Parts: sequence; structure tokens; C-alpha cells
Amino acid sequence: MPRPERPAPTGPERPAGPGSGAPIRPTPDPGEPLLQIVDLTLRFGGVTALDRVSFDIRRGEILGLIGPNGAGKTTCFNAITGVCPPTAGTIRFRGTSLGRRKKHQITRLGIARTFQNIRLFPEMTALENVMVGADAHHRTSVPGAIFRLSPRHFAEERVCRAIAMEMLDRVGITERAHQIARNLPYGDQRRLEIARALATRPALLCLDEPAAGSNPAEKASLLELIRSLRDSGYTILLIDHDMKLVMGVTDRIVVLEFGRKIAEGLPAEIRENPAVVAAYLGVPDGSA
Amino acid sequence: MTGFVDRLRLADEQRAAFAAWPRRWWAGLPRPVRLGALVAFAAFLVALPILQPPVLTTTGTDFTGVLFTVGVYCLCALGLNIVVGLAGLLDLGYIGFFAVGAYSVAVFGSPQSKLATEYPWLVCIPIAIAISMVSGAILGGPTLRLRGDYLAIVTLGFGEIVRLTAVNSEVLGAAAGIPEVPRPPGERADGTRLFTIVDVTPFYWLVLALIFLVVLAGANLERSRVGRAWVAIREDEDVAQLMGVPTFRFKLWAFAMGAAVGGLSGALFASRQTFINPESFPVQTSLMFLAAVVIGGAGNKFGVVLGAVIVAYLPERLRSIDDGLLVVWYVSLVLGLATYLLLRRRGPRDGPRTYLRLGVVAGILAALPPLLLAMPEVFGSRGEIGQLRYLMFGLALIVMSVFRPQGLIPSRRRAIELEDRAKEVEPGATS
Amino acid sequence: MALLEITDLSVHYGRVRAVHEVSLTVAEGEIVTLIGANGAGKTTTMRALSGLQPVSSGRIHFDGEDITHLRADLRVIRGISQAPEGRGIFPGMSVRDNLDMGAYARRDRHLTRAADLERVFTLFPRLKERSRQAGGTLSGGEQQMLTIGRALMARPRLLLLDEPSMGLAPMLIGQIFEILQEINEQGTTILLVEQNAHRALSVADRAYILETGSIVATGTGSALLDDPSVRAAYLGVA
Repeated sequence: MPRPERPAPTGPERPAGPGSGAPIRPTPDPGEPLLQIVDLTLRFGGVTALDRVSFDIRRGEILGLIGPNGAGKTTCFNAITGVCPPTAGTIRFRGTSLGRRKKHQITRLGIARTFQNIRLFPEMTALENVMVGADAHHRTSVPGAIFRLSPRHFAEERVCRAIAMEMLDRVGITERAHQIARNLPYGDQRRLEIARALATRPALLCLDEPAAGSNPAEKASLLELIRSLRDSGYTILLIDHDMKLVMGVTDRIVVLEFGRKIAEGLPAEIRENPAVVAAYLGVPDGSA
Repeated sequence: MTGFVDRLRLADEQRAAFAAWPRRWWAGLPRPVRLGALVAFAAFLVALPILQPPVLTTTGTDFTGVLFTVGVYCLCALGLNIVVGLAGLLDLGYIGFFAVGAYSVAVFGSPQSKLATEYPWLVCIPIAIAISMVSGAILGGPTLRLRGDYLAIVTLGFGEIVRLTAVNSEVLGAAAGIPEVPRPPGERADGTRLFTIVDVTPFYWLVLALIFLVVLAGANLERSRVGRAWVAIREDEDVAQLMGVPTFRFKLWAFAMGAAVGGLSGALFASRQTFINPESFPVQTSLMFLAAVVIGGAGNKFGVVLGAVIVAYLPERLRSIDDGLLVVWYVSLVLGLATYLLLRRRGPRDGPRTYLRLGVVAGILAALPPLLLAMPEVFGSRGEIGQLRYLMFGLALIVMSVFRPQGLIPSRRRAIELEDRAKEVEPGATS
Repeated sequence: MALLEITDLSVHYGRVRAVHEVSLTVAEGEIVTLIGANGAGKTTTMRALSGLQPVSSGRIHFDGEDITHLRADLRVIRGISQAPEGRGIFPGMSVRDNLDMGAYARRDRHLTRAADLERVFTLFPRLKERSRQAGGTLSGGEQQMLTIGRALMARPRLLLLDEPSMGLAPMLIGQIFEILQEINEQGTTILLVEQNAHRALSVADRAYILETGSIVATGTGSALLDDPSVRAAYLGVA
């Protein structure tokens, strides 16, 4: 009878530490670059959105990407996930260039993302939303599903559902599984986006302003969630304007301004960096 | 902190639960009763041509012929529902696939065809389905990169291209068409053929069986990775792709599956007609198929079947109706609509304007028939009241699209399945 | 006399009550803020004020006139302008055209347009750089600036702002609130909805706190800032 083609999903109780989590392949050497961005340039018409940006994301770290509005942060996400192909420069993931791969192929390689302005499948339930993500690595198509003849179909359905439920549990919204995404409270929609991204079994998780529009309590629990994800082996690239979150959770920070990298370093260094203070942080203020 | 949204969701669920009450009532019945009812309903459908029930029967047109046409429409609505309802691709040229299926059977099976292959019917049908699928893929290949309006225009063109190709191609019989399209095999006990021009009943039974098969296959697809991918594409194509859905491939599949069902339907139509020519496939028919999907409720199989029944059966029934019955129908339609609107619209937001609007709609509806009857020079004598049927049908469409744009049986599968599936969730499995 | 006076306002979505008998006033020249959790009814109240959401009961008076059932476009002519949450910009139009749309309802727009544009561009130099670009190509934060700029173009008497700081860089958040105070001093009355309660209370003359559709507290900005229960619930400080 049907046999699962890949290892059953690991539960949230799996041991902590880099490499033990969701990545499909074990991570051999923590600290080595997972994603390398080299001289990335992106131009739309006459506008240069990114200008020779280079940085690495190391396995198992949380890298913060900050900068003023319009500095090119989301464009950088778009380049990594294949939404906007680079004008020049290369992006290497696990040592191989992404080249001109399609969006869904990049997802299958192990890069997943969330969106600044929430983009769920509004009429699907939370569970179905996550199942779409979990389907990324499955192969059943029309011939296998139409008369339910293929054993792979059943195996994949089971794995898909199990992964989806696990990821909903992971972000703490299991009780929302059968509600339509459109009707979820704002904070849960943000979490559902993360669950859907996690279900694609990424090695690199890109979060685009996950805290936007959240209140202090929601932000605090989000910070916990991001930390726990890092602890179970995901590498995370995080964009946010909330400095409490960014400074509290990231291992390193890259700062962009006008499409150029103006600084890179540990959170403490970035906080003191005069260029960053002038361009982005402004006068220190406890409220943000 | 979860005040309002929770209440909104609750109301949504209550509404879904209310909409789902027939289904809940149904699920609450004991299994043997349900099974019995299903068998009885199936038997009723099968026996319709023999029973010729008094109210349902069309006088003036062959009732069984009408039933067959309705069945063909149901098949088309089911196929188009995959494309429009699930994958969200607006296809205005569905008649093209229907024609491809019909012509495939005619060209490969008819002794009068220039090809002169004279394949038997059972060989022709798979060929027709395959050619339709390929034509769907050929149309989809270059056009599925387009979105929304552009796709609709290109598909509209496709429907016309197929018809014009037939008009101008000698192999396809040109304007004269192709006669002697093969019929399904099978004999009665006395040795005469089962499928004849005279008796449509076997054709009706055949189409009934195929509808059953297509519903089953459609349900399987809907509940699989394929169905999820289609709905995800409908909801947000870019995000679907970013979540790993190969969108182009699945859109192509949606087109091919839709085309296959349309082709099958066309093949049946051609076998029943035994003669086809380009005039059998006017572009307007595409819009009737689309109307069936939209009226019934895009995305819901049972909805679109109901829509097809309304679109194909109602005009035929109205054609042969006498004045008295028409008045009864009309009054009950107006009353039903008014009752529904009054029940549904009772909310705190209702002001005098709502009632004014309702009054105007009811007034127009009530005033229309006498007005039309008073103008015999426009609509002919009272005896030709059937002429009004398309007008009334159009009116019903407008009313529908204003008051119930989601269709008669909207796609609420998720909300409806809620109760069944809630059992699967581990209670207390959350933080 | 109050410029804006809301009495017992209730709003329903279908049968669900989103806002329940809310009464509040905004006097000419004030900055008033509305704070509360997600889903408390803040955005719904704003939509009711701008005329996008029908009201079930209650009254809205603007400058002494009952505008409860007035169409949204006519409210703009009366002087109420909203910068909606979620960046409702026109993506296919250039930044400049987007801004011009803000002044659409003004009959004297040809007289004031140049000066108003200049003012918006001074406030947001970023928009000036991108004035020929299509609105949809702007980054999220830039779209936010555009929304605020467009609302200013209407030269409103009452400016409704829904989460102006959302998605903006820390430095810009500071600037936005400075700008708000500046245009307030120039005579624009402001009603502000904010998730960043600390900032909002710091600039506001008065504030209302909404919970599940009802007002649960009100007071001056500074008084609420010092209120321990408010601090715990909305400022994230124990």
C-alpha cells in the first residue's frame, strides 16, 4: 500500500539546534553561507532599485534587512524569490546560482516568503492555505487524482495534511484550521502566512514586515515565534521597521539605503553606526 | 482583543450553516434512508422519458429530446466549471471545444466524410476527447500567459475560429456539414438498433451516466492537490506560484480537462443529431454555457448542474406553456423573490431606500407581462406567448445577477464541510 | 462648538455589530486619536465618517450639518478627507496624478494645486523624486506617504488618518508625527487612528480608547499615557 516518499514531518518537539529542523537536506556546516548575493543590481525603466548589493546569509542565522522606505528591501526579496529577475549580479543558493529559475522552482529549492501586505488565498480555509504550501514538493497531477488510482496520491494527501496541521500548530493557530482565511483576525492572518511558507519546507524563510500593524503583545509573541523557528534550524531573512523586534531577534543586520548597502554588522554595531542613525534610525526613541 | 472579527466569522459560519441546512438535514438521516432516497432519485431521473410527468413535460417539443439537450448542457457546465469556477480563467469560447468534439466524431466516423476512415463510434469517442484536449492545450499554450479580459477575448475568438474553419474546410464538410455521424453500438432484444434517430431515450440514459462519471472525476480532482492548486491560482496567481504551484502547467490542465468534457459533450450531441454543420455551433451558445455556470454558482458542481437545467430546460418549457399556467408561474416567481428578499434583507442597515428599491423591482416585474401582452403587434398574438420566453429568461438573469451574484448554490464547500471536518481536529492540540 | 460630533453611532456588517453606540467629538483645531486593539472597530468608525460604510443608527454632525447619510464624495467637498489604511492608491497612475486626484473635489484646484503640490513635496521629498513613476511601483512605505499626501491635497478641514505610521521607517515615523503637528498648527483638525499608541498619545490633545466596538476610556493624551491600565494594554509596558 501507499508508502510515504519522504520522511514523515517532524514534530515541533524535535530537538533544537541548527540543522535539526525542516530543511530537506541536513545542513552540514553551520555558519557557511546558505545564500550568497553578489553584486545584485535591479533596474526598472530608469530607476535603479538595487545597485551592486552583496551580502551572505549564513546557515542557521537570523539576518535583518533594514533601511528607509524605498531603499530596496522588498525588491531584494523579490529578486531572491524570482518575482523580479536581476538586471545584473548573481544569487547563489546552496552554492548554485538561481539563474533565471521560475518562482515555483525557487520555492522548491527551499526559499519561502511572506508578504508585506498580507496575501493569503482569502476564500480557502487556513488548512487549505497551508496545504497549498505543503503541496510544493508533491507530484500528483490530474492523471493520478482524477480516478484516485495512484497510491502516490493517497500518500501525498496524507503527508500534505499532516504537514499542514503541524505547521498550523507550530505558529499556534490550530483551532483556526477550518476557518476561511479572510475571516481570521489580523494577527492570525500574519501567522497563517508564516505557516504556509513553512509548509513548503524551506531552508531559508523570508519574512517581510511580519510585525506591521501589530500591537505590542502580538509583537512580543511574534518575537518568540521567530526565535523558536531559528532554534529548530530555519535560516531567516527578516525585514521590519520595528527596532525592538529587529534588534531583539537578529544575529546580524544589513542596512540598505537608495538601493545600496550602507552597513552590515551585529545589532549593537548597527545601532551605533552614524550612517545608519542618520539615514534610518534618527534620534533614539524608546517608543518604536 | 478578538472581538469584532470573531463575531464576523461567527456570523459567516452561521450563514454558512444556514445555507447548509439541507445538507445537514440530509447528513442527519440514517444511512439506509439516504441510500434509498438517492436510488429513488436516480431511478426517477432514469425513468423521466417513460414517465413523462404532466407538469414537467414539454408539449410541442419532444420531452426526451429536451432532456437530452439539458444533459448535454449539464456536461458542458461541469466542464466549463473547472475552467471558470475552479481555476478562475474566463473562457468565452467553450463552444469551440464542443464543436471540436462533434467534428472529430463526424470526420472519423461518418462514411460521408472525406477522410473515409469510418471508425466505429467506440473508437471515435476517445479520439474526440483526445483531440479536444489537445486543442485545449494548443489554445492554452500561448494564451494562458494572458490574464483576465485578454484571455476572455482570445477564447471568444477561438470559438469563432473553429466555426469558420469548419465553414471553409472541405474535409470538415464546409458549409454543407457532415451527415451520417455514427451512433453508439447496441441492439434491442429484437435485433433492432438501440440508438436511433427516432428514440432519444437511450441517448438520454447515456448522457446521464456520463454526467455521473464527470461529477465523480471532478469531485476527485477538487479534493486533491490539483483542485487546491486551481483554487489557489484563482485566488492569487502570483502567490500560488511563490508557494510552489507550477501555475502554467495547472492552468493548462484546467483548460485541457474543460476541453475534454466539452469535446465529449459535443461528440454525444453529434451522434444524436447524426448531422452537423457550422450552424450547429453559434458563438452565443458559449454564453449560455457560461450563464449556466454563473447562475448555478461558479465552483460548485451541483450548482452548475442546476444552472444548466435552468438555462436549457426553462426556455423549452416556457415555449409550450399555456396562458393560465404562465400566470401561475409568474406570480409564484414574483412572490418567491419578494419573500426571499424580505427575509434576507432584514438587517439593521435596512432603511426606507431598501424597501423603495424592492418596490420598484416588484412593480416592474408585475407590470411587465400585461404591458407586453397589450402590444400584440410587437410580440404576436396571445397564442405566441412562448415568444416571450427569452425575454423573461433574460429578466431572470438580470434579477439574479443583482440579488444573488454568487449563484443559486454558491461554492461554500469549505464552510459546508466544516462540520464534518471539525471532528478531525485534535481538541486541545493548540497552545 | 465641535467641528465633528458623533452621537450614538452604531455600524453593523450584516447582523454583526462592529461599532456600538460610539459618541465622540472633535473640536476645531484639535488632534484626537482613537486607539484600540485590532478589530476594536477603529477602522470601521473611520469608514463610517468618510461615508464608505453605511451607518445603522446614530448621527454624525460636521460643522453643524447632519452628514449621517451624505455621500462620500460630498463629504470630501465639505472638507473631510481620509488617508485610508491599506494604501488605497491608484497603481496605474503616476505619483503626481495620484496627488492631483486628492484635489479632485476642489473647485478652486487650479489656483491652489501648485502650492499644495509644493507643500506635499516639501513634506515628502521622496515623492518628488518619484513623481513621474506609476504609484504601483512605489515601495510600501512610499505608498503610505502618497496616501497621506493625497489626503492633504484636498486641503481638508478635518483629516482622517488610519494608521499613518504603518510600514514606515523609524525616522520617518518621527517625521510623520512632526508633520501632523505642523499641519495641525496650520489649522487642520486631525482624527488619528494608530497602533503606535505611544506616539499617538504624545501628539494628541485628547484620545478615545475603543474596545470591541465601544468606547471604554477617554481623556487627554498625557493623562492616558500615564494611566497604568492603558500602559499595560496598549503600550506594552508592564
